[in-house]
Amino acid sequence: MTPTHTTIFRLRGEAGSRRVTGLKIAPRHWYCLPVMAVLLVWFALASPAQADVSPQRAQALLQALDTDDFDAKAEAAQAIAASDAAQKTRWLEAFLDGRLGRERDGERFYIITDDSGREWPIIDAITFEDAGTGSRRSVDAFRINNTLRTQLQGLIASLSLDEGDEATRLDAAKRLIGEVDAQSVDAVATQLDNEDSPAIRAEIETALALYRVEQGEGEALATLEGNLDTRVRNSLTTIANSDAPIAADAEKVLAGIENKRAWYERGQTLFFGLSAGSVLVLAAIGLAITFGVMGVINMAHGELIMLGAYTTWMIQQLLPGQPGLALLLAIPGGFLVAGAFGILIERSVIRFLKGRPLETLLATFGISLILQQLVRTVFSPLNRRVNSPDWLQGAWHLNEALSLTLNRLGVLIFCLVVFAALWALMRYTRLGLEVRAVTQNRAMARSMGVRAARVDMLTFGLGAGVAGLAGVALSQITNVGPNLGQSYIVDSFLVVVFGGVGNLWGTLVAGMSLGVINQVLQPWVGAVLAKVIVLIGVILFIQKRPQGLFAPKGRTS
Amino acid sequence: MSLATMFKRNSLLDERSTWVTSVVLIVGMLAVVVLHALPSDHAWHLNGSVVSLLGKYLTYMLLALAVDLIWGYLGILSLGHGAFFALGGYAMGLYLTAQDAPLAGWQSAMVHFPVAALGVVLAPGLLALVFGWLAFRSRVTGVYFSIITQALTFALMLAFNRNEMGMGGSTGLTRFDELLSFSLSSEGMTIALFVASGVAVLLAFWGCKAITRSRLGRVCMATRDAEARVRFIGYRVEHVKLAVFVLSAMIAGIAGALYVPQVGIINPSTFAPLFSIEIVVWVALGGRATLYGALLGALLVNYFKTLLTGVMPDAWLFLLGGLFVVVTMFLPQGVAGLMAHLRRRREVTT
Repeated sequence: MTPTHTTIFRLRGEAGSRRVTGLKIAPRHWYCLPVMAVLLVWFALASPAQADVSPQRAQALLQALDTDDFDAKAEAAQAIAASDAAQKTRWLEAFLDGRLGRERDGERFYIITDDSGREWPIIDAITFEDAGTGSRRSVDAFRINNTLRTQLQGLIASLSLDEGDEATRLDAAKRLIGEVDAQSVDAVATQLDNEDSPAIRAEIETALALYRVEQGEGEALATLEGNLDTRVRNSLTTIANSDAPIAADAEKVLAGIENKRAWYERGQTLFFGLSAGSVLVLAAIGLAITFGVMGVINMAHGELIMLGAYTTWMIQQLLPGQPGLALLLAIPGGFLVAGAFGILIERSVIRFLKGRPLETLLATFGISLILQQLVRTVFSPLNRRVNSPDWLQGAWHLNEALSLTLNRLGVLIFCLVVFAALWALMRYTRLGLEVRAVTQNRAMARSMGVRAARVDMLTFGLGAGVAGLAGVALSQITNVGPNLGQSYIVDSFLVVVFGGVGNLWGTLVAGMSLGVINQVLQPWVGAVLAKVIVLIGVILFIQKRPQGLFAPKGRTS
Repeated sequence: MSLATMFKRNSLLDERSTWVTSVVLIVGMLAVVVLHALPSDHAWHLNGSVVSLLGKYLTYMLLALAVDLIWGYLGILSLGHGAFFALGGYAMGLYLTAQDAPLAGWQSAMVHFPVAALGVVLAPGLLALVFGWLAFRSRVTGVYFSIITQALTFALMLAFNRNEMGMGGSTGLTRFDELLSFSLSSEGMTIALFVASGVAVLLAFWGCKAITRSRLGRVCMATRDAEARVRFIGYRVEHVKLAVFVLSAMIAGIAGALYVPQVGIINPSTFAPLFSIEIVVWVALGGRATLYGALLGALLVNYFKTLLTGVMPDAWLFLLGGLFVVVTMFLPQGVAGLMAHLRRRREVTT
């Protein structure tokens, strides 16, 4: 019976080794294993015998490993890597993990598929047939040392370059960096000549250049310029600190790399800052409408955000297994639910408290408490998790130093879209015109036939609806719970006041800059203190410039 | 005109509400002391935990007085008074902690009671002075002031949650043993703290009443009603505001200091914006600008809170939230206003 590639994959998954690539089987898909095992046996029986070395040759290759001399072991490993044996990758990987061994009282070689317990399941190393179980007493695993381990990693990496799809081979090429040594350098150079893919070529070239630099070849440094790989940086740091003749040159290249890294790190900080800022802007922009434009203090704004988030969760419960569709439906859903609650609050409480801002503040705070407790009673005091659709999971890796998390990128884009839509609404629609008219001069607007009470209601509904949208976005980056809104209300008010009341652009700029400032401060002073500093900074700023960053034009007060 | 000349005193007790409140407070305090002294198998006996609870209410009443002084008479709505209360509490907490184990750095000085007592009034007083000076100088008023006071207490909550502050992090300061070398768990200490709180409330009540009836008080009320006009007449409005604001913060600090030994813990949740805004609703329910209304409101709300959180904890936030809405919409003068209204109606009909 002969092995196939698929067999290899299955057993790698079973062994759960992190070092191997190929098909990874996550623990939650364990139930696939028996099914796959059946299929594999069938494949193995059905597939024609593959060109292979003879069992005697295989036996001889493995026999060479069975020595106490590590140099001899290294040579034997080289020989295996250079041979035509189809099993060679498996052997080397098992050897690397200390799972390749020999029968104590016989000539057979085994691979231990799981060495966690006392009794190990073992398979025959040459035929890969099940060989029952073995233990410490019946199987002698070949021992390796650190030097050998490094060599093996290099050998395996260069072997993996030959198999699998492009992504697997690229991974293998990346792993080659820092693993090239005197024995494998020629083999790797040959790999480079046979390689077509530019991305893989670049990685192999880096690996070779790093080896050459380590050997003291100054010319190879040019290849490493601007390389962001951590291993390259570590090696260069060692060289730069040594008294090698190329130390000065290495330091120069290293400085270039550090500089480039610093820029990418700044880019990363900026991105995190902007994404944190976009959350602030989303949370505050509804407030900018109700507080800024209408002059109504709505302390229940945070709870309207929470309602939007819960709407997302509800819709996802109704559409199990379709988080993408649920999220898209939640955008209008969250807007409508929060907007409806907003209109309800405006009609039942706020309109009776017109011109009494402190009372409005207290009453809406009461409403926020009621809404919080309502959610606790109806749903649960526990946090709920909203699943992200596939296209919002993971990260977009631009290079070694810069990767953008997709959900945060999504929120950033969503924030800009909402902002643009809102701005256009205020600027170009009839409602926007009426809102601005009522804001500037209520009595005059009314005498021109604008129904101010209706405008109030719609404006408040709009602000509340946007809060709902913020909740939909927040559900993608944090858990949904009854206290969700509370944590944003203080920040949101600060953003609005900082940006200048009654000014949408001010809110955008203020939110984004607070997010970035917070993110820039964080590495120095920690997350909590950064927040405290930002809060105090804004408090001081408001003292100095009560009208905010952008003072409203015209007669708004 | 200097502040000192504004303290011209009128006769304090010529207002009916003042002496009624004083009598009720004194009689109530004596009653608690007597009932506590009854043998423990007597049906009317009050045990130590009830006395402690009542003592806690008294410190809340003191805190409500502080808020009413600036909200009722100056028109400044502070949503961060919990911060001053908590600072006073932390000063007392440090003193109590220092009795067990010596503290490091500047905190080691807190082992002396006079230093701690100074800290109780100075810590909130200085914060109020700096914050108020910045705010009033640049004429931050109304809701803006409310929002930045809320941000202030929120920032302090975050800061005190950090272990690096040396204030016990999110656990706060707790496990106190003795105060002035008397054991805190003794019955005598319980009643002494209760009486101390009661006396503090009484003194603060008289003091606030004296201020509101003095010329300073009149300037305050004038500022509340027409700030620009008072400024044009020639008063330095920001000085008046600052003085009263600092005084109010100090009263809140004393309340916090009395609160901590009776409750046995102080932690950053006292800085939570929710607590500060709860104080405001005590005052709003009782009735602004009456002082006795603040006392009444603090007592009523907290009594119902204790009652409800025991029986049906879920209902408490509904009730508190509803209270905010109902009071602001239907009872703008609070219970005190309602009582005055009923009394006037009776006088008219008879």
